[in-house]
Amino acid sequence: MSSAKPVPAAGAAKPVTTIQALNMALEDAMQDDKNVLMLGEDVADREGGGVAGVTRGLSSKFGDKRVRSTPISEQAIVGAAIGAAIAGMKPVAEIMLMNFTTVCMDMIVNHAAKLRFMSGGQTGVPLTIMTMSGAGIANGGQHSDMLESWFAHVPGLKVVVPSGPAEAYGLLRSCIDDEDPCIFVEPIMVLFASGPAPQRGSRIPLGKANIVRQGTDVTVITYGKQLQEVMAAADALKDISVEVIDLRTIAPYDKETVLASVGKTKRAVIVHEAVKDFGVGAEIATQINESLFGKLAAPVHRVAGKFSPVPFARALETAFVPSKAEVEAAIRSACGKGGK
Amino acid sequence: MANTQAQNAAKATPSRETLLDIFRRMALIKQNDERFRQVIRTGRLIMPYYSTRGQEVIPACMSVNLRNDDYVCTIYRGIHDSLAKGVPVKYVWAELAGKATGTCKGKGGPMHITHPASGVMVTTGIVGSSMPIANGLAWAAQLRGESRVAVANFGDGAANIGSFHEALNLAGAWKLPVVFVCQNNRYGEHTKYEVTTPVDQIAKRAASYGMPGIHVDGNEPLAMYAAAKEAIDRARSGGGPTLIEAMTFRFHGHIMGDMDEYMPAGEKQGWIDKDPFPKYRAWLISQGHATEEALAATEAKIEKEIDEALEFALSSPEPEAIELRRDVFAQELAV
Repeated sequence: MSSAKPVPAAGAAKPVTTIQALNMALEDAMQDDKNVLMLGEDVADREGGGVAGVTRGLSSKFGDKRVRSTPISEQAIVGAAIGAAIAGMKPVAEIMLMNFTTVCMDMIVNHAAKLRFMSGGQTGVPLTIMTMSGAGIANGGQHSDMLESWFAHVPGLKVVVPSGPAEAYGLLRSCIDDEDPCIFVEPIMVLFASGPAPQRGSRIPLGKANIVRQGTDVTVITYGKQLQEVMAAADALKDISVEVIDLRTIAPYDKETVLASVGKTKRAVIVHEAVKDFGVGAEIATQINESLFGKLAAPVHRVAGKFSPVPFARALETAFVPSKAEVEAAIRSACGKGGK
Repeated sequence: MANTQAQNAAKATPSRETLLDIFRRMALIKQNDERFRQVIRTGRLIMPYYSTRGQEVIPACMSVNLRNDDYVCTIYRGIHDSLAKGVPVKYVWAELAGKATGTCKGKGGPMHITHPASGVMVTTGIVGSSMPIANGLAWAAQLRGESRVAVANFGDGAANIGSFHEALNLAGAWKLPVVFVCQNNRYGEHTKYEVTTPVDQIAKRAASYGMPGIHVDGNEPLAMYAAAKEAIDRARSGGGPTLIEAMTFRFHGHIMGDMDEYMPAGEKQGWIDKDPFPKYRAWLISQGHATEEALAATEAKIEKEIDEALEFALSSPEPEAIELRRDVFAQELAV
């Protein structure tokens, strides 16, 4: 995240990785509230403190009953988290990789998301599911999918994707505080990125986007790892004034900020790594059209993952994800300055 | 590790008061079920209904061993579990009628009865999903040092879905205060037990997960009471989980309207001929635990409660459309 501008939640301390920021967020949350629990595969220190080290040190500090390594049983993990949540705890469940949520979709979609509604408000599920994913480290087709639009489609779930360490800290604290189930997606390339350290105790509100870069000609809406490509493209386009919005929360997304910005610039480009078809960009583009049709100076453009499983070979994986060049081309096209 | 019911029965003999409490809960389930079906046939209630008639003994014997603050998770065929645990009859009826006064404001329906004040935390329409969530309730109790226990009810069909194995394994590994109650009614939907399950007793699977398994006649109150007490006492005292397989039968098929064409001729009638309700009722009288008049008075009281509940349900208001925006999240959705 070398190109990211400082964000409100960032402090003046030395840079940290997103992994370290998430670790701090979990430690602080557990320190502040004894009801906060952590469970997942290998999360305790005996097992290494999480596959990426996000939970390192927590079981040593808070005990291996509160920070509990589980069998490789995603339904049992999310089910136990749901039960603890409706009993008044604040569980954080780690599903190691986002593709593994596919084996516990019943627990997430039929139960975590719906128990509050189906009980008429009696059983809320204050649960956070942390899960990492994304292309970039040759993990291939079953360890790389960005599935945020699947969850955003389900009433009752909140979906968050941080773009750097300070965002990760503030958003995770807000997810843990929240009374409803949150899917906290950790893009792998963001996990290893460094940035300004978060301020302890800081919160970034859910459902609020961040205008990372002010501009007047075009609005680029993105989140997660792609913020990096978008900022680089915006910096490179000297003749176009690009406004960049980091959504931070995918569901519910900050429609007000997006429409206000696009209403001003009259042009929008949406960028995400997840497959374009039926994705987050499709929904946002539609809402822009519904609200701003007739005021737009160009069709809404999308730059997103190709309609393919995430491939292994580096050349293919690179071709799969949206590139800086593709983002630049889309911005130019939206602004009527050169074709796609 | 499967115990015989004779061994169980020897371990615990319920008091006269408890025997009558079991009867009251069985009658509550039976009479409500009969009235549900009657009212559905008149068209005054419109819903999918999974009758629990024939399975009354299991929740009656479980619930007399449970405290109000113990947790229960159950399934779409679970109204007997909810009624036995103490969910108020009028709110159950109002929920089935889809009314704003129902347990879930009419937003859940018969497959999602929830009433935390009575300990009924989840009713799921998904086969097998009561078990992983019951573990979490038990984990919370364990962490807080409470003596509460959690009960997960499910059918024999659910013993073949992944969540059963994941949940029992986790409960065994974590020594959770949870009781898994398989109400084995011999059919998963329309498919007979032997067609889908290569082991003769589900209770035997408990050994794989490091917990005791109890195979018991779930239509025999004394044996079922002993099994329930053993398992609940073990969970409450820190001894970990138990799998109970309680043998029973559903008298009205999978779903109301079921024509039972998939059953061998005479099978259902054979079970109805052994209906545990009149059998237990007669036994209580013959053993001098109760008089005909006393049991009839219990039944009359329940019938009156059902009359009032039906009236309450039918006269209650419908939920308003704004409810679509409420309880999706804690905060009401904006228009």
